[in-house]
Amino acid sequence: MTFYDNRLKQVPTGLRKVLYLNWQLVVLIVAVASVGILMLYSIAGGDFDIWARRQAQVFAAGLVLMFAVAFVPIWFWRSMAVAAYLLAFALLIFVEFKGKIGMGAQRWIDFGVIQFQPSEMMKFTLVMVLAAYYDWLDNKRVSRPLWVLMPVLLTVLPTILVLMQPNLGTSLMLLLGGATVMFAAGVSLWYFVAVASLAGGAIAGVFLTRGTPWQFLHDYQYRRIDTFLDPTADPLGAGYNIIQAKIALGSGGWSGKGFMQGTQSRLNFLPEKHTDFIFTTLAEEFGFVGAFSLLVLYALIIGFCLVSALQNRDRFSSLLIIGVAANFFFYIAVNLSMVMGMAPVVGVPLPLLSYGGSAMLVILVGFGLVQSAHVHRPR
Amino acid sequence: MRRTPKDKEDIARSLTRRTLMLGGAMTAMVAALGVRMRYLQVDQADEFRLLAEENRISIRLIPPTRGLIQDRNGKIIAGNEQNYRVVITREQAGDVELVMRRLAGIIPMTPEELEETVNDVVRHSAYVPVIVRDRLSWDDFSKIAVNAPALPGVLPEVGQSRFYPRDVDFAHVVGYVGPVSERDLAEREDPDPVLRLPKFQIGKIGVERWMDDTLRGTAGTKKIEVNAVGRVMRELERNEGDPGADIRLTIDADLQNFTQARLGIESAAVVVMDVQNGDVVACVSSPSFDPNLFVRGISHVDYQALMENDHRPLANKTVSGAYPPGSTFKMVTALAALEAGVIDENYRVRCPGYLEFGGRRFHCWSRGGHGTVSLTRSFAESCDVYYYDIAQKVGIDKIAEMGRRLGLGVRHDMPMSAITEGNMPDKAWKQQRHKAEWRIGDTINASIGQGYVLASPLQLAVMTARIASGRAVAPRLVRMIDGQEIPVPEAPSLGIAESTLAAIRRGMDEVVNGERGTAKSSRIVDVSMALAGKTGTSQVRNITAAERARGVVSNDQLPWNRRDHALFVGFAPAAAPRYAVSVVVEHGGGGSAAAAPIGRDVILYALSGGIPPLDAYPASQRGRIESMLKDLSLRDPTTGAAPKAEKA
Repeated sequence: MTFYDNRLKQVPTGLRKVLYLNWQLVVLIVAVASVGILMLYSIAGGDFDIWARRQAQVFAAGLVLMFAVAFVPIWFWRSMAVAAYLLAFALLIFVEFKGKIGMGAQRWIDFGVIQFQPSEMMKFTLVMVLAAYYDWLDNKRVSRPLWVLMPVLLTVLPTILVLMQPNLGTSLMLLLGGATVMFAAGVSLWYFVAVASLAGGAIAGVFLTRGTPWQFLHDYQYRRIDTFLDPTADPLGAGYNIIQAKIALGSGGWSGKGFMQGTQSRLNFLPEKHTDFIFTTLAEEFGFVGAFSLLVLYALIIGFCLVSALQNRDRFSSLLIIGVAANFFFYIAVNLSMVMGMAPVVGVPLPLLSYGGSAMLVILVGFGLVQSAHVHRPR
Repeated sequence: MRRTPKDKEDIARSLTRRTLMLGGAMTAMVAALGVRMRYLQVDQADEFRLLAEENRISIRLIPPTRGLIQDRNGKIIAGNEQNYRVVITREQAGDVELVMRRLAGIIPMTPEELEETVNDVVRHSAYVPVIVRDRLSWDDFSKIAVNAPALPGVLPEVGQSRFYPRDVDFAHVVGYVGPVSERDLAEREDPDPVLRLPKFQIGKIGVERWMDDTLRGTAGTKKIEVNAVGRVMRELERNEGDPGADIRLTIDADLQNFTQARLGIESAAVVVMDVQNGDVVACVSSPSFDPNLFVRGISHVDYQALMENDHRPLANKTVSGAYPPGSTFKMVTALAALEAGVIDENYRVRCPGYLEFGGRRFHCWSRGGHGTVSLTRSFAESCDVYYYDIAQKVGIDKIAEMGRRLGLGVRHDMPMSAITEGNMPDKAWKQQRHKAEWRIGDTINASIGQGYVLASPLQLAVMTARIASGRAVAPRLVRMIDGQEIPVPEAPSLGIAESTLAAIRRGMDEVVNGERGTAKSSRIVDVSMALAGKTGTSQVRNITAAERARGVVSNDQLPWNRRDHALFVGFAPAAAPRYAVSVVVEHGGGGSAAAAPIGRDVILYALSGGIPPLDAYPASQRGRIESMLKDLSLRDPTTGAAPKAEKA
């Protein structure tokens, strides 16, 4: 891609690696994170200290971490995949019993300086182990049932552990991330069709039998699903967040109310405005122009990742890049669908924008892996 | 693992295909998000912008400042004073009960009060501030302000409340204000939204009530920005509304005060009117009450005491009390007879002490009789037989017609509560009311203002003013609204010959100033302020034949509530009338002894514009009058401050 590509016959070494980073990606990431810090400054009512300062510090640390990961050869990471996965899995089991309870769920390990969520670590170790698995696996066996079962177990077991915390958003992300790597690795489409129709059939069964004597769930469970699917039916309870979010978005209009002029966020009508709902403030203050621009930036990040994956002749690297990019994409898609009222409210942050240390670090470590794969690609 | 070149190619092709499929799916999703964004932010932007405005902007009413009520010279009768109070807003308080319990720990509050306020708060909309406590002391007020962080939604504020500096003097005329009740709202067709503000006060009786629309003003509005929990962030726009208009009454506060004091503890009523323009310069009902008690919320004990008092302090006797006018009615009978031409000014009647009619004796008050009586003497000595005689000649219908011309049996419209029409009976009335024939005895009773005839002190004052001026003056209570003089239309002439009226006035002059006049002891010796008038004593019981046989018991020996009413009507100066006065002292005994002196003192005060000069009184009475005047506890004429409590 870059000017140096054609001249280089060997993998760069030492500090020369800096020149061969995917700099377009770095610039885009810095741009999106800067927007995030700017929004946190605005949401705090023009106070840099409440959220923005810490977010900037975490981002700076994450950027250093990204470069560090990028400088380590990709084959080292491949060799670490199984060990990292097992460690993350062990930690998940550990928090199941000893984790710190926050926001009603066991998710954290408190290291004093930083609180650590093993489920975040699992996000990229799962992608790593699946990529390594398919790199190792004979291509002819990819779609054989027994060889499909293995990655399914690798994905589903941590998903169940995270779901038990309970953390619906992250478990959904793990499931989708694992499935995407399997899809990219070339697992027969029929498996995906079968799983999709089974899930669809189960959901249809649950709803079609509703009101009949042989319904699957209790009535109160159905009602819970109803408000989950349509929060507007409960405007002061579950629906309040989503209604206020839509008002913030819509009232931004074409060009927005202006920086720090968002009434919905400034007057506290917006819930979780610095975390999961940060996009609504951006859309309120910068309007359709600003919101759409952010969407374009995100699309560019994913696009550069996919192009990098296509150019890479190393199977582990390609699958890893696709896995990381897919994870990133699913976060964006689920979060934006949620705040725009297209999907039920699931606690999923907006990557690089939402306030939160460990999510930010995990994303940047993921991009570090992408960069490492890019720098050390076979030539 | 090691792979063959073909294997590698297969893998690369498969990966490329799958990646492109993924990329395509992602692109589709991004496009969907973009479309949704456009739909929300461009297509529906206006709708959401409106919702965002509704979210943040709330419109509140600013209660207008109530207009002042002043006396004819601008002295304050009803004003507004600063009131430290504490309000609570539900949406900011969260747990109202918890916050209220904390508040009860700071200011004294009974459990009932606490419960009542909590209910009150819950009844109102979440954003409406409800007054928890009114009239806090500065101490309590600052305690709440200091504890504000622990009391979310509680706001100490300075409001205005009605205050009546001349308390008892104007309780009946001006009335008082109170919180809007459900009934007040139901009475109005399209109630002003400001009435729905919690504890907003409106006039309940008197001028406060009947001129409430004028006094209330128009509510202002303020647009405020509120945040998600309803806290006011800033004011966006303010429209001050209009304060209520000030009203200036025709009443003279000092004269009113003097009159109130002069009546003392009597159950009595006095009306003083300007005979030219109808201005009511004093309108006093005694005993009175403190309207400030009602504004603050009167205690059960105080209210019970007012209700149980047999002198009826709550009743406005000046306009609501209907009394048999007694001999003060004789001017009507005489005028009717003169006008009808059945008698002339020189007509005389022989009074043997009674008149026999149809086998029944109608007694004159003077058992021995008055001998031959002229018109003038019939007034001066209040001979009843003279009127029995002329009433038969003229007939009740003509008398009733004259009574109405002079303002009796007619409702005079003033902004006061419960104004009575009195009663001016005639043949048709009795037929309709009692389904019975009018009898000659009824006429004889009516001729001296007994029987069916009833009049309020206001009506008697109007009658006297009309006789004194010869014109149909109407009483009025309001002199100015918002600084604008209210024009008084020239009162039309009564249409009674001046010479006839002069004869009546001469008779009234003789009552006070004549050698044998019934009100001789109440005369004013200063000729420029000379008084003319008529006394009356009206029975509130029927004197039975048995009683008569025993000899009529004198008033002093009867229980208070069976004694006669004492009445006096008069005008002064006799030569060029300026004020008319009417006095009714309930169960006061004789008019000449109980009512006329009050009438004289009050009219003298009105004419001289202050404490009556002693040299207006007959020399023999000056000593007594001087000490009486000195003992009256009057307000400070400039500040209106209440007199100091008497020494124990």
